[in-house]
Amino acid sequence: MQAELISKDGTQEYFVNMGPQHPSTHGVLRLVLTLDGEIIQRVEPHIGYVHRSIEKMAEFDTYKQIIHLTDRMDYLSAHMNNEAVALLVENALQIEVSDRVKVIRTIMSELTRLASHQLWWGVMGMDMGAITTFLYAFRDREMINDIMEETTGARLTMNYNTPGGVMFDLHPSFQKQVKEFIKIFKTKLPEYDELLSGNIIFTERTKGIGKLSLADAISFGVTGPSGRASGFACDVRKTNPYSAYDRVNFNEILLVEGDAYARYKARIFEMWESISIIDQLIDNIPEGAIMAPMKAIVKLPKGEFYQRVETARGELGVFVVSDGNKTPYRVKFRSPGFSNLSVLDHISRGHKIADLVAIMSTLDLVIPDIDR
Amino acid sequence: MSTIIAYFKGIGQGLNTLWTGMKVTGYYFFHARKEIITMQYPDNRDTLKIPERFRGRVVMLHDQNNEHACNGCTMCEMACPNGSIKIITDKILNPETGKVVRIIDKHIYHFSMCTLCNLCVQACPSNALAMDNSYENSVYDRSELTFVLNQPGSKIRDNVKD
Repeated sequence: MQAELISKDGTQEYFVNMGPQHPSTHGVLRLVLTLDGEIIQRVEPHIGYVHRSIEKMAEFDTYKQIIHLTDRMDYLSAHMNNEAVALLVENALQIEVSDRVKVIRTIMSELTRLASHQLWWGVMGMDMGAITTFLYAFRDREMINDIMEETTGARLTMNYNTPGGVMFDLHPSFQKQVKEFIKIFKTKLPEYDELLSGNIIFTERTKGIGKLSLADAISFGVTGPSGRASGFACDVRKTNPYSAYDRVNFNEILLVEGDAYARYKARIFEMWESISIIDQLIDNIPEGAIMAPMKAIVKLPKGEFYQRVETARGELGVFVVSDGNKTPYRVKFRSPGFSNLSVLDHISRGHKIADLVAIMSTLDLVIPDIDR
Repeated sequence: MSTIIAYFKGIGQGLNTLWTGMKVTGYYFFHARKEIITMQYPDNRDTLKIPERFRGRVVMLHDQNNEHACNGCTMCEMACPNGSIKIITDKILNPETGKVVRIIDKHIYHFSMCTLCNLCVQACPSNALAMDNSYENSVYDRSELTFVLNQPGSKIRDNVKD
């Protein structure tokens, strides 16, 4: 037994636990690494440390109550998660929400996406050993959080969507604040490029690292900016437009390299696209009701329903089986983080341990989203 | 020869990119007074601006006569996803009309279970509940997080529908 493990040249494979309490795993994710010297042979993610059984809990909650649970899945794209459930209920009951709600949801989604990518950018730099980026990113993210706090009443777990509309109307100063933020952030985003994108240390550590081919991206179901960096056209906002995405012009960011640097670039480009979407919508928010007339107790008809949205990490799918009661029979979330994590073993084999940090960082995993 | 040139070219490019990044940090280093974004949090409590919609915790609104608008319909209890609201109702005889009416005895709110989702406030038909802007809600004992929302001696306002 002992002899089998030791190879011909007298070296031996060994295991290292990365996590569950490791700063670069961004949460409680445990990676069991099989190493040959410093080369990664195998990565085995052990998940479930923040499993809260959100899917099971959702079976005992009404459709209005489920939404607040989805805040806690991918907390960085809380608004998009809320929107997924709200859209599912609206589509199932064939309720038409007003244009105002659609536009509000789109603007809020893009603000959340910006905030998520800003946090990712800051943390990415920190994983690479540069604490400066973290402070710069949080400076800009704070402005979005303030906007959110003013309109929705919470900074992160907003619970702003409800089936049929949104909870509150926009704050009177919302438009002014968003315009001010966009104006400032347009000058700050080039700084991101100057600080990190061209930096020799950063590019050396990310270019050619963790290459993900288009075929693998499709077969593993890697979506979001990580998938699009490999050329996988998977943007739900383009393929199945929801809310107000069909009335704005934006580009789907598609890159071909598929390495860590391409994933980084895809997110930076996506921030510009988000800014352009907000720019197009912020000046013409139509008037209308913020809440479509709904029954007090929402009951879905018997059947199966599926709704997908594009979160900051990729495609989030909500699948609901209803037996006609006020609570669902079964809820399943197809979370982007889980699929994106599954490719980690495949793309990090043969790289050094330090490269694994770069790969993990560019996949942009949120652990509560994986465990649910 | 060409490898040597490429080597020094690489060093030059590397230094150039480092200089580009250092220019940004250097700008903020020398313009530190221009845009101060940090706050001295515990010291600036008096000037801290909390948005009016900020969800601190659930409170019951009382007017100056110590009257509230809650008639004990338990809509908030049903709307709460976590079971953090429990209403104990009582039935009394109204001497003027001679009818038995339902009043609340205790509106119990477990803040420790609350996720501040605002569903109870939305569900309330008589706008008796609201979210206040309190923060720094941590306490040393869990029992301190259970509140009785109706104030002692308070009673229901006259014009609230049953």
